[in-house]
Amino acid sequence: MTGEPLVVAKDLDMGYGDFVLMRDINFTVYRGDIFIIMGGSGCGKSTLLKILFGLKKPLRGKVLYGDTSFWDIDLSERQRMMERFGILYQYGALWSSMTLAENIALPLQHYTKLTPGEIREIAALKLSLVGLAGFEDYYPSEISGGMKKRAALARAMAMDPDILFFDEPSAGLDPISARLLDDLILELRDSLGTTILVVTHELASIFAIGTNSVFLDVERKTTTAGGDPNKLLADSKVPSVRRFLTRGKEGM
Amino acid sequence: MGTLVSDRAIEAEISVMRQGEGKLLVVFSGFWRLAGSLPSTDEFRKQIETIQVQRVSFDTDELKDWDSSLLTFLIRVNRLCAEKGIEIDLEGLPHGARQLLKLATAVPEREGVRKTAKREMFLSLIGAKALVFWRSTVDMVNFLGEATVAFGRLQTGRASFRRSDLVLLLQECGAQALPIVSLISVLVGLILAFVGAIQLKMFGAQIFVADVVGIGMVRIMGAIMTGIIMAGRTGASFAAQIGTMQVNEEIDALQTLGISPMEFLAVPRMLALVVMMPLLCLYADLMGILGGMVVGIGMLDLSPTEYLHRTREAVTLTYLWIGLFHSAVFGLLVAMAGCLRGMQCGRSASAVGEATTSAVVTSIVAIIVATAVITFACQLLGI
Repeated sequence: MTGEPLVVAKDLDMGYGDFVLMRDINFTVYRGDIFIIMGGSGCGKSTLLKILFGLKKPLRGKVLYGDTSFWDIDLSERQRMMERFGILYQYGALWSSMTLAENIALPLQHYTKLTPGEIREIAALKLSLVGLAGFEDYYPSEISGGMKKRAALARAMAMDPDILFFDEPSAGLDPISARLLDDLILELRDSLGTTILVVTHELASIFAIGTNSVFLDVERKTTTAGGDPNKLLADSKVPSVRRFLTRGKEGM
Repeated sequence: MGTLVSDRAIEAEISVMRQGEGKLLVVFSGFWRLAGSLPSTDEFRKQIETIQVQRVSFDTDELKDWDSSLLTFLIRVNRLCAEKGIEIDLEGLPHGARQLLKLATAVPEREGVRKTAKREMFLSLIGAKALVFWRSTVDMVNFLGEATVAFGRLQTGRASFRRSDLVLLLQECGAQALPIVSLISVLVGLILAFVGAIQLKMFGAQIFVADVVGIGMVRIMGAIMTGIIMAGRTGASFAAQIGTMQVNEEIDALQTLGISPMEFLAVPRMLALVVMMPLLCLYADLMGILGGMVVGIGMLDLSPTEYLHRTREAVTLTYLWIGLFHSAVFGLLVAMAGCLRGMQCGRSASAVGEATTSAVVTSIVAIIVATAVITFACQLLGI
């Protein structure tokens, strides 16, 4: 399943000001991976994601996309690379003054030369892909939390990104909706070949969709494990990883 | 599919071919990317309209790359075929595209979900507006009532708010407003003096500039200017803050704890402004007189003692009390408008913006109306 390396993190240190959150983070994401960034609360999963998609600079180290060092190039070049990213924020972050269709249309209006009619068709298509057919003219405040999340996913997919970043996709969703979202993620990877990076601590999701992963260890302040989560559960000897993957039943 | 940065030549093409009896083959070729343009379905439509077609199939051997643009095209084809009752054979499509098409049609549109544009009758529009106006009036009266009750509880010492909040608010509405109040009042004093000076010079009665500035500032302008400054500065901030708390469900959290948001949020804000506004007004009066004096000394060759003496003769204590009374009323109005609009705020970012705008507009209207009422009352009472 694994293709060429797509994203490589090399000796990343991350933190805020003088405060170092994590040191020496190293991992490789391959094309077509569903890559899970896991770890306990407050270990810096979301911060790592922000470093990967360009909202926050690492204290040290490199993020490589192919041969390009993401944080060493000009802002304008980085911006161009970011056009190929789709990001699903933790709380959806839909623009509240726009309808769902307008939310999805904004990136398309900005980056393509499609006509308004075509853009509307594409917005309708994206909404139907996430099961929200017919909701084009709704405002985010008029729909439920789970629907907002799916609409936000539709917006993240608007430009058919090469890489999708998900920050806690199943947080705040009921088990069935969470499961449907997992299926949708798998479907997207299989049909469009999108590489997907997911920050989550939902064990069910981790085992269901993850093909590769990295574990951020709060105590050791670095990465202590990586690879297929199911293999990690079977083989890993690291106590903190066992504790995490078994909900504290082992490794205490 | 796709490389990270794609800037190669992008061309998407289709051709439609007849294939035996009632069969149509759509051949896709090239790069189908959103960055390019969508080919039109006109040719396909013409074909199915001119000849009898039972079945449409696809050929994608020459298709180099595809994304949602292909799907959008297919959905259009699908729609056209459904209208004519033509069968579609998805076999020739890439596996991923077939999957996505299935996914897109997996959850059909729920009945009655789509919003339809309603055309309202003119009269019903007026009716709706009237109802909204009535409701907002009721809201305002409700708010007044609740505020009164809350102040009643404050009198008996049962109102629950944090003293530290009040101190912080006093600082925010008081000391922190001094720079802007100084600037505006000095300028207003200057302007009054300038305008007055030109007229009074004609009579050789320059000294009365001190009267114009003194009475004007102390009796009314000081209060109105601070009122308007505080409406823009503090009233708006109250509305934005309480509105954001509404968005974040913080107000709900207070209510479920049995703490009245009215007592906890509105009472300290109103208290703070009612206490600080007269003080700010007093300061503004002084600053305004100072501004007038600058013109008096600089332009009209009056001496400072002369000017101050004249001011003291012109400005009576009654004027001062009237000015301070105005400002206390304005303080209450601005705080109430800010809190009311904040509490009424909807649950989105744009609603917070509307609440803030509406708070400032309400405050300023209230200030002007209150000035008119008080002035009229003073006239009747002969003050």
